[in-house]
Amino acid sequence: MPKIMKKKYLINIIAVAVVFLILCLLFDTGLLGRKAAYFNGLVTIGMFYTIIVCSLNLLTGYMGEFSLGHAGFMSIGAYASAIATTIISDHVQLSSIALYLIAIIIGGLAAAIIGVLVGIPALRLSGDYLCIVTVAVAEIVRVVLSNVGIKPITGNATFGKSFAGIARVSDYHYVYITMVICIAIMYCYIRSRYGRALISIREDRIAAAASGINVTRTKVLTFTISAAFAGVAGAIYAHYITTLVPTYFNFSKSSEFLAIVILGGSGSMTGSIIAAPILSALPQLISYVFPDFASYRMLIYAVVLVVVMIFKPTGLFGGKEFSLPDLILDGKRKKKEKVS
Amino acid sequence: MAEENVPVLETKSLGIQFGGLKAVNDVNIEIYKGELIGLIGPNGAGKTTIFNLITGIYAPTTGSYMLCGKRMNGLKTHQVVDEGIARTFQNIRLFKKMTVLDNVKVAFNKNMKANLFQSIIRTPYFWKEEEETTQKAMELLKLFNLEGFADQYAENLPYGKQRLLEIARALATDMKLLLLDEPAAGMNPVETAELKESIKMLREKFGIPILLIEHDMSLVMSICERIYVLNFGEILASGTPEEIAANKDVIEAYLGKEDEDEGGDD
Amino acid sequence: MTKLIQSLMYGLNLGSIYALTALGYTMVYGIIRMINFAHGDFIMVGGFTLFYTIPVMKNLGLPLWLAVIAAICVCVGVGVLTEQIAYKPVRGQGSTTALITALGMSLVLENGALVVFGSAPRNVPPMFSLPTIEIMGASIPGQTLLTLAIGVVVMIILSLFIKYTKLGKAMRAVPEDKVASTLVGINVNKIITITFAIGSGLAAIASMMYTTSYVSIKNELGITLGLKAFVAAVLGGIGSVAGAMVGGLLLGIVEILVKVYMLPGTYEAVTYLILIVVLLVRPTGLLGKAVSEKV
Repeated sequence: MPKIMKKKYLINIIAVAVVFLILCLLFDTGLLGRKAAYFNGLVTIGMFYTIIVCSLNLLTGYMGEFSLGHAGFMSIGAYASAIATTIISDHVQLSSIALYLIAIIIGGLAAAIIGVLVGIPALRLSGDYLCIVTVAVAEIVRVVLSNVGIKPITGNATFGKSFAGIARVSDYHYVYITMVICIAIMYCYIRSRYGRALISIREDRIAAAASGINVTRTKVLTFTISAAFAGVAGAIYAHYITTLVPTYFNFSKSSEFLAIVILGGSGSMTGSIIAAPILSALPQLISYVFPDFASYRMLIYAVVLVVVMIFKPTGLFGGKEFSLPDLILDGKRKKKEKVS
Repeated sequence: MAEENVPVLETKSLGIQFGGLKAVNDVNIEIYKGELIGLIGPNGAGKTTIFNLITGIYAPTTGSYMLCGKRMNGLKTHQVVDEGIARTFQNIRLFKKMTVLDNVKVAFNKNMKANLFQSIIRTPYFWKEEEETTQKAMELLKLFNLEGFADQYAENLPYGKQRLLEIARALATDMKLLLLDEPAAGMNPVETAELKESIKMLREKFGIPILLIEHDMSLVMSICERIYVLNFGEILASGTPEEIAANKDVIEAYLGKEDEDEGGDD
Repeated sequence: MTKLIQSLMYGLNLGSIYALTALGYTMVYGIIRMINFAHGDFIMVGGFTLFYTIPVMKNLGLPLWLAVIAAICVCVGVGVLTEQIAYKPVRGQGSTTALITALGMSLVLENGALVVFGSAPRNVPPMFSLPTIEIMGASIPGQTLLTLAIGVVVMIILSLFIKYTKLGKAMRAVPEDKVASTLVGINVNKIITITFAIGSGLAAIASMMYTTSYVSIKNELGITLGLKAFVAAVLGGIGSVAGAMVGGLLLGIVEILVKVYMLPGTYEAVTYLILIVVLLVRPTGLLGKAVSEKV
């Protein structure tokens, strides 16, 4: 590993740890008093939004394709993980961390499997057509979940449809670490030969193939990874909210995710990481003060989205990344130059 | 020396129909080791279509083509590249929003071995391979005097340099045959001269055979050993530059028969 | 047998609603290569216009079909405004921007309606009180037959308009080649606006048909109905006017038959499954033309 990268990684790890400590300070020390639980919830929501928005950005920003069905993959992760943990808790007593780990792994795997199954045929299409297929897949998932209940061999519960009593194990400590790992994986993926191949496909599919890139395989792989992280986000959501309703995962939800990606800046992980928690928590915070605000939330989003498209179609970050290490290291270098 | 006699590229009555239209018909081309072959013909004669057939972008409806004796029909574009045919495009197709260096590194991808796990965990092997690939890419860029642009977006390169970058990218795939589609198109005389030098350098340094589509006749005539002339999707003539320059059919195809309108015969 | 006839009639009725809506999608897509996600919401706007104007007409003693005229005016207004305010500025910015803008406009209308009308479903008062009619033993509500007839007549008029009038010919020419259209003196911007106006007008008629048959409307109507109408447009071959009609009718019939005979709960899943299969097997739809990329 180049020396400079070691330095950069160190700075990033420190920054991640500092944020973690701040969160702990806020929520675990009683600093926020009785409101801690409320803000804690907002942060947790913000974090699973961040995971799913980043996963969608992987498609939108780096592969150059749209998914308007990410809520569908999220719901697969949510239901699969909830079914798994509910069945498991019926039989054995597990610690919350163990249940949480099982949930995110099952959620991610289930969504990844559906992602491959959908991706292999669907990714022969691109652009508007692919976008519509993702809508269709999400709608199929939603319709099926709304109508079909699964009865396990043992126990009386019916899964599917509306589904309550899921173990609440999405503790924000776990979720924060999960989020950091998910983002790190996606970031490393983009900054590897796989990511390079992916971006080349976005830039010019035919030239990428003529440079030896297996376009279909790269796209399916990326689509699967994206679906998997959507599934992880779904698992976190299920084990935070504890009650699943299929209609939550509708077209509007998918549109909301896409809107956040675009507003943050398609092709900028930084944009997603900043936009997701703000846009998921801000409306809640405002409605905390103005109760009427809830119904205006999506309208304001939508108007902002259209206005941004007209005046700055690249979004907040416009494909650029913010790097704390670069900022610090560049700052140091400049200082040195001044001294010498 | 039997191997010497196997053509690097051989097409056997290669053809493709779009709807009822025979865009390319019964094309037989042979290219041997180290040769620089020109493919010329009027606009719409089917030259680029032949490239698209050979690189798996279109599937031929008739005939077949062989690379070093190996039948290539039915391979997808990236598989064709794996086998060893690289190409450039008539209307430059660079990865515009990627750096010049990354444009070349993409083409090295097929020979890179770091798997998904290694790439995400960033094992020492990942870093070593990235480092090596960057070096190899920089060496290629140096050949075309592009090393100074390595960190710039490809779209910001001057036009002539973009053409050269496309050739550099094609070379990175480590091919047995290079297809150049109108590399001099839109170039000024200085850039064309630079291109000519680059092509000469390629042949001396790598010894790879090249199939060249070009409209710039002086360029084709001065550097190609043999020339195929394509008209209405069929080979009209082939031979040395001198033979082609003297061929009556070729002159007719380019200038039209005197008693007919331009390009009027079917 | 009676059940089948009944189902077919309902299917045709639903199908013609889809068809009228799909026409809006397909004409806009044909001309500017953009999925106008907001189109479904135009129907919602039409529905709410009817909800508010029908009682007014009743109170004033005016004929109720004036409410439809009002709905058409409002829808055309909304459609043209959407095009002028949001879509025109982003034209030429690439398909990504267009897609997101359309999605944004859809969300604006849907959530604007949420703010203005609330989230509770509304029942649109009936416009016609027609007797139930017996056809081969099957009893069909009169308004179903009437709206079906209106739908068919509108489609025939539209087909004739596009085929024979100068404006219609221009509308066909622009998708073929924008530059050439400009050269022969067609004002492309004007044609695009007119296309939106016609599409929105059709949406208003579709909303009349929808509310007559299904009564209840809410702000999310645009998404559910719009998505399926878009499916119909893709099914028939996006960009093809005849395809939208065929696709719409076909989808309506299939959907009702599946609902009645096979999967009452999950019939919608079949609709989307059909879409996926069609896109994979024949991406250009039943009557669409293939567009290939130049290499």
